[in-house]
Amino acid sequence: MNDTPLFKVSGVSKFYGQRIGCKDVSFDLWPGEVLAIVGESGSGKTTLLNCLSTRLMPTAGSVEYRMRDGQFRDLYHMSEAERRFLMRTDWGFVHQNPADGLRMTVSAGANVGERLMAIGDRHYGNIRATATDWLSRVEISTDRIDDQPRAFSGGMRQRLQIARNLVTGPRLVFMDEPTGGLDVSVQARLLDLVRGLVNDLGLSAIVVTHDLAVARLLSHRMMVMKDGYVIEQGLTDRVLDDPREPYTQLLVSSILQV
Amino acid sequence: MATPLVVSEVFKSFTMHLRDGLKLAVVNDVNFSVASGECVVLGGPSGIGKSSILKMLYGNYAVDAGQILVAHRDRIVDVAAVDPRTVLDVRRHTMGYVSQFLRTVPRVSAIDVVAEPLLARGVDAGEARDKAAALLAGLNLPRELWNLPPATFSGGEQQRVNIARGFITDHRILLLDEPTASLDAANRKVVVSMIAAKKAEGVAMLGIFHDEEVREAVADRILDVSAFSPRKAVAA
Amino acid sequence: MTELASYNFAYLDEQTKRMIRRAILKAIAIPGYQVPFASREMPMPYGWGTGGVQVTAAIIGPEDVLKVIDQGADDTTNAVSIRAFFQKVADVAVTTHTADATIIQTRHRIPERKLSEGQVLVYQVPIPEPLRFLEPRETETRKMHALEEYGLMHVKLYEDIARHGRISTTYAYPVKVAGRYVMDPSPTPKFDNPKMHMSEALQLFGAGREKRIYAVPPHTDVVSLDFEDHPFEIQRFEQSCALCAAHGVYLDEVVLDDKGGRMFVCSDTDNCEDRREHGHSGEMLAPSKEAAE
Ligand SMILES: Nc1ncnc2c1ncn2[C@@H]1O[C@H](COP(=O)(O)OP(=O)(O)OP(=O)(O)O)[C@@H](O)[C@H]1O
Ligand SMILES: [Mg+2]
Ligand SMILES: [Zn+2]
Repeated sequence: MNDTPLFKVSGVSKFYGQRIGCKDVSFDLWPGEVLAIVGESGSGKTTLLNCLSTRLMPTAGSVEYRMRDGQFRDLYHMSEAERRFLMRTDWGFVHQNPADGLRMTVSAGANVGERLMAIGDRHYGNIRATATDWLSRVEISTDRIDDQPRAFSGGMRQRLQIARNLVTGPRLVFMDEPTGGLDVSVQARLLDLVRGLVNDLGLSAIVVTHDLAVARLLSHRMMVMKDGYVIEQGLTDRVLDDPREPYTQLLVSSILQV
Repeated sequence: MATPLVVSEVFKSFTMHLRDGLKLAVVNDVNFSVASGECVVLGGPSGIGKSSILKMLYGNYAVDAGQILVAHRDRIVDVAAVDPRTVLDVRRHTMGYVSQFLRTVPRVSAIDVVAEPLLARGVDAGEARDKAAALLAGLNLPRELWNLPPATFSGGEQQRVNIARGFITDHRILLLDEPTASLDAANRKVVVSMIAAKKAEGVAMLGIFHDEEVREAVADRILDVSAFSPRKAVAA
Repeated sequence: MTELASYNFAYLDEQTKRMIRRAILKAIAIPGYQVPFASREMPMPYGWGTGGVQVTAAIIGPEDVLKVIDQGADDTTNAVSIRAFFQKVADVAVTTHTADATIIQTRHRIPERKLSEGQVLVYQVPIPEPLRFLEPRETETRKMHALEEYGLMHVKLYEDIARHGRISTTYAYPVKVAGRYVMDPSPTPKFDNPKMHMSEALQLFGAGREKRIYAVPPHTDVVSLDFEDHPFEIQRFEQSCALCAAHGVYLDEVVLDDKGGRMFVCSDTDNCEDRREHGHSGEMLAPSKEAAE
């Protein structure tokens, strides 16, 4: 086991005025670990995810990230330039709505290639070859490379978004309801794909979902949120098979089988 | 390690918050150990807590009190107290589990389901698949099924996939939850001989077997879970 | 003249000129960076080069000699009226000869003749933001400039190659200035991009409607963006000018009749005339010239 966490969260809180977005969240994430954040609508999942990924500044707390050189950096005290660089190289962010994470008016190939060009790749042939490879890894027919995502189905768009994020070999990926809004059969395919990629690449991931089946399939560990607080956390199997808190029991009992 | 699994003073209850906080005591003061090369079979009537014990050992159920000590890598780990990451590492390297039902993953073929525990330990994909193929062949799973996802398999076919998956590694501890329940006589025999082979390798096994014949064939010792039942205490 | 006498020299009041000059100085100090300025209403509509006119008005002095071109020509309505405007409001000398001018205001071309030290080229710019087409949010494009995040520019070129097999952008071809800011050279043909590189002249860019001024000081690196395997190339013309026989200059296609007759002539009319005066003659002119002699 690698003995250093990748990501250290302590006391992260976000208030919207008097209202609690999320309160006093702390945890460590380890290399290769997938953490699911579950909870009902409005429980603070997205607020927390946005704070963790520095898309939102929390009211209190700190998040440290272990950079590729092994040094921990306090994310909230990094310069914006460094943070943005981190976000497009060592991190990924998969949005629930692919339109938020893709450029809908440029081709699939350019969507995948953008991060490469952003870090200075200047060889068209190589960029295109890498994009082609990634399209096939996310099961998009490579003859669609010059089509715009506007012409893609929801499932394809989501897979394209994933390819676009993974092309730079990030170590940490944030996902906000990655299967939300997709048909059940399409969801299954996407989940399987994500699961395979996470395993193959040894990614760490923080996945927000209200779907416990997604949490079961993808995550090692999960946190249950309610009213902005983490009310229960632990090994995913444990939380789902032996939920302790009343709210978790309600969540687990209201679905058929996970 | 001669005794890789020790369960000490373990208590387990469920609090059902959706039913007015009803508290359901499952087992009290569980104490036992399993030695290397030994197969201990949990006995006792239905609902007494046999599966709950296996699930606590595997980390699926929390414990109220007590220790579950496992010889993991070069140290002793208390599964009841460690963090999720360590539980997963114990599962990956030390303690295997053959559940009654296979939790199918969409689109993953039977042979890959079986090979996965090896891949998770970094074994080369070709080697893992060869080993998976050998196990599936031994368990008489028709070859044409190997590359299909097991979701549509019969109960017995799924169970054989599950057994192969559980037996593919060289884990020092193996938990078996009715692995032969849906198997025919011929395949039950195969499983019995697989268990014998694991014993010979020094694996410590803890199982639940309802089939008396199988139980007789594999058990070195039967542990009656009724002894830990709080209800028995109330009745007395 | 009596009516115009109420205007200050070069139309703008001194206060405004100082404001614009400050913006220009800042632009020169940070080559390629778009400096916001308080663009004024000018007595001509946007699209007529009000940004360039304000820059010219702020730098012109009584001793200056002004040349104005539009698409390389000195005699289009736009060029003529801007030239007339400065003659009226600043009473400066004007010229069509590139070599004689101290200030050249231009729309869409850089003169063929190499500019020299002391000359100022003022560009009229419609859209100063090169990132706009892929990222419409101004807050975001500013951040991208600030953080030197220019991957998007290459996304645009990538799309070109994916669609056309080569970089098909021919106008407003993006450049990187002094190794730092990516800049839109205004809608000049990419043919002219190499002329911006290490030019001896000062190049100033004014966008009136968008209220931006930017600059390339003399002797500054101006590099056209490209890919290693699709390097930047300028347009090449197989023909030579039908009037002056010039090769390697930017040519315009002129339709002669409705039977498909056409010819290619210099876009830079001054250069063309100069060449003809020095005895060069193209195929279109040669026979008639001989006939006249
Ligand atoms: N920008 C905001 N301003 C004010 N309140 C907000 C804002 N964003 C979220 N909230 C409130 O904070 C709480 C948590 O919201 P959040 O969006 O994080 O929930 P969520 O768990 O992601 O919900 P969902 O599952 O619906 O996406 C809610 O009460 C919500 O109304
Ligand atoms: Mg949300
Ligand atoms: Zn000519």
